[in-house]
Amino acid sequence: MNKKDIAALLDEPACAHNTKAKSGCSKPKPGATAGGCAFDGAQIALLPIADVAHIVHGPIGCAGSSWDSRGTRSSGPTLFKMGMTTDLTEQDVIMGRGEKRLFHGIKQAIDSYHPAAVFVYNTCIPAMIGDDIEAVCRQAQQRWGTPVVPVDAAGFYGTKNLGNRIAGEAMVKYVCGTREPDPLPAGIEHEGFKVHNVTLVGEYNIAGELWHVSPLFDELGLRVLGSLSGDARFREVQTMHRSEVNMMVCSKAMINVARLLKERYGTPWFEGSFYGVADVSQALRDFARIIDDPALTARTETVIAREEAIIHAQLEPWRARLTGRKVLLYTGGVKSWSIVSALQDLGMIVVATGTRKSTEDDKARIRELMGQDAVMIEDGNPRALIKIVRDQGVDCLIAGGRNMYTALKARIPFLDINQEREFGYAGYTGMLELAKQLALTIESPVWEAVRRPAPWALAANARTAVDTDAVADAPGDANLEVAHA
Amino acid sequence: MPELIAPEIVKRRKALSVSPLKASSTIGAALAFLGIRRSIPMLHGSQGCTAFGKVFFVRHFREPIPIQSTAMEQVSAIMGANENVVEGLRVLCEKNQPDLIGVPTTGLAEAQGADIHMAVREFRAKHPEYDRIPIIPVSTPDFTGCLESGFAQATSAMIDCLVPAAAVAGTQPGRRRRQVTVLVGSALTPGDLEHLKELIELFGLRPVVLPDLSDSLDGHLPPEEFNPLTIGGTLASELPTLGDSVATLVIGGSMTHTADLLQARTGVPDHRFAHLMGLDAVDALVQTLSAISGNPVPERIERQRAQLQDAMLDSHFMLGLSRFAIAADADLLVAFSQLLAGVGAETVAAATPANAPSLAQVRCDRVRIGDLEDLEADARDRMAEVLIGSSHAVHTAQRLGIPLLRAGFPQYDRVGGHQRTWIGYQGSRATLFGLANILLELERGEIHPYRSRLMPRADEEARAAHG
Repeated sequence: MNKKDIAALLDEPACAHNTKAKSGCSKPKPGATAGGCAFDGAQIALLPIADVAHIVHGPIGCAGSSWDSRGTRSSGPTLFKMGMTTDLTEQDVIMGRGEKRLFHGIKQAIDSYHPAAVFVYNTCIPAMIGDDIEAVCRQAQQRWGTPVVPVDAAGFYGTKNLGNRIAGEAMVKYVCGTREPDPLPAGIEHEGFKVHNVTLVGEYNIAGELWHVSPLFDELGLRVLGSLSGDARFREVQTMHRSEVNMMVCSKAMINVARLLKERYGTPWFEGSFYGVADVSQALRDFARIIDDPALTARTETVIAREEAIIHAQLEPWRARLTGRKVLLYTGGVKSWSIVSALQDLGMIVVATGTRKSTEDDKARIRELMGQDAVMIEDGNPRALIKIVRDQGVDCLIAGGRNMYTALKARIPFLDINQEREFGYAGYTGMLELAKQLALTIESPVWEAVRRPAPWALAANARTAVDTDAVADAPGDANLEVAHA
Repeated sequence: MPELIAPEIVKRRKALSVSPLKASSTIGAALAFLGIRRSIPMLHGSQGCTAFGKVFFVRHFREPIPIQSTAMEQVSAIMGANENVVEGLRVLCEKNQPDLIGVPTTGLAEAQGADIHMAVREFRAKHPEYDRIPIIPVSTPDFTGCLESGFAQATSAMIDCLVPAAAVAGTQPGRRRRQVTVLVGSALTPGDLEHLKELIELFGLRPVVLPDLSDSLDGHLPPEEFNPLTIGGTLASELPTLGDSVATLVIGGSMTHTADLLQARTGVPDHRFAHLMGLDAVDALVQTLSAISGNPVPERIERQRAQLQDAMLDSHFMLGLSRFAIAADADLLVAFSQLLAGVGAETVAAATPANAPSLAQVRCDRVRIGDLEDLEADARDRMAEVLIGSSHAVHTAQRLGIPLLRAGFPQYDRVGGHQRTWIGYQGSRATLFGLANILLELERGEIHPYRSRLMPRADEEARAAHG
């Protein structure tokens, strides 16, 4: 990928980050970086497409330490779970045999696993030595007849965010619009019940959480034509151009997909979230508003009223346990506000939220939810986070998995909110799981146990106290005082 | 004992590696640096190499992992990235004043032609104020070797930088009469190292383990809330004294070159062990410790030995003639195949990510250099009953329909795997019991009821219908 293309991707017109003051995505700092590379971002964005063979073209460092590490789930094929890499050797690099290995690798994947398509992810070394993966993919597709899509997102091109966009661009360029949707099964539509096609962009079905929401879509008559990329199939992504409305779920990362689909096919899009009762309802209403079918609008309101009543009743006992508890939220982008409303639904107090990857829009929403004085954390280095937890008397830190063990070492209750987590929090029912997981950690007896000094340390302190305090009434009292101190 | 025949080594023939078994030599090197106290590795490459490595180890050890990146991007990938190294080192020195910084290179930096030693010299020239902080560059591109070899290379690099030649430093083998250097390969877990240290101490000796993951990544709750560096490990300041040790113990064939280097530098006599699993291997170690220390074998150890012998008797009924498939880096593969052979079990399929001289000692007729897909095919052909491998092998085991014993890197779907003790008399005993129990659960040889077609019974039909 040449510099011009990368610059074009960084200059995303629909992204609110992209202003003069802070253009594109900033350069990483040696010795003080956090987060993944463009390849990481591209792989994460597309890997959930379940029936595709995802081939990482590069030496083992890229696939070897990252394959099979996502919590995303499929209702059918598990091919995406299988790591595939050309595992380039020193000889491949020196002799320039990378392209050949890739070509045969694509054949091997097709022969052994009969994938719906093959995605080839470029990485640093082939990008630098000049492997033309686009040409190899074109050749392979011609020769074997299976779609082969190049995703040119080598690590050094930039950040994870850029990788997400490259991946999205590749889908719009090579996949969307290459097939027409299947006809609707007979007998579903009837008078007053018309099915509308929609898509989800930036939804990854972590821990299967999409399945909390999909039954509602079915009931409303919203057919999810395709998704990028939770529990998606290649042939569905091909038809995404026929959607009536696209929902950008919880991430600015693939905003270019929504924009490109609008430019090319005129499909309207909106940004929403499935976290929190209020947000789920809002998302469903947004679908109905844009589609503008009175019957759908009526159905939507009925469903929302019913579901909200059920979940509010179910959340009641949890709310009693969680009300007034303080949380510190450290995550990025849209999650910085969408989870806030979910937590407030539970009566919790969000003392601060991270805004490292958030836009001005996101920040405005945070102020709306948390008030003008909302504390926003730009740089979440572990020390600063721990300090806020201590100063504000925070009951639970909510952040990504890689921060989990830092929190645990600081003896702080923790909830994992990122992609590696094992529980789904989306949808109305997801709220119940969120409440349960929060109560589980906050109310656990282990925190008291790990903060308590050893009994012999207490006894030693007590002895010192007795020795120095000549007027102590009784050793027992002194002991007690020290314990309280 | 019959003559042992070295296995046939079957090299990689496929274009594509499917369900890779290999973890890169780059992160192997990073792991070795994590075994030094108050240290941090900084990978020379693009930031993804580091982010992936971090998540890999965070999930395996369930610990915060200090690790940084030189963050190469488009311009430095083409124009040279020495500046990134200099800047990254400066930031780390200034922010954290570490006791050691390791700088393993990635494939990107090496293919670009980076001279990491020159970059470190540039840093030294520019920032003499940080001269007291050792910086260890090591060339570990991920297109060569695997986790095990990178780990050994980084340990060699540490010796190369920090252990002076005896003639120069005036060190004298045996001057520290109780100090034993222990060079350990990546196959040993923190739990293994903890046990090994205790065993050595029982002989009145003082082990200096290099690298000591049992002190940094054993998973303990320290009093400090946050540490930007490793919270334990070998003291960098102790490395210059290795020339005064009375002996060096070397565990793992992967450490051969590292041991050669240390030997050449210091002249300290060394004792090399391929692994420490099973009666013979542990006997050899115990005997050596007794000879080095001049102390008799403590009664406690004698008892543990007798316990292992008893366990071998008890478990051989299940383990004898049982069929194993093993996917692991070379040292671990050698260890398990020999342990199993010692109780009459067979390794019928073996796969390892990279070639190594030590594979000659694997007790299996054939070792594949390859991936989990290769192992799966062999295991199926040869009717393996139990699989030994990392968490990545879960799906392989499921497809084969056989149980999995988790060992090696990474183990992310269980807690405590990284801490398990496999070595010594006690560790070996626990392994044998564990494997025997896995086989018992398979209900091998169970005879299923026969239902006569000639005399159908109503109660049988009902039971058959309900499974």
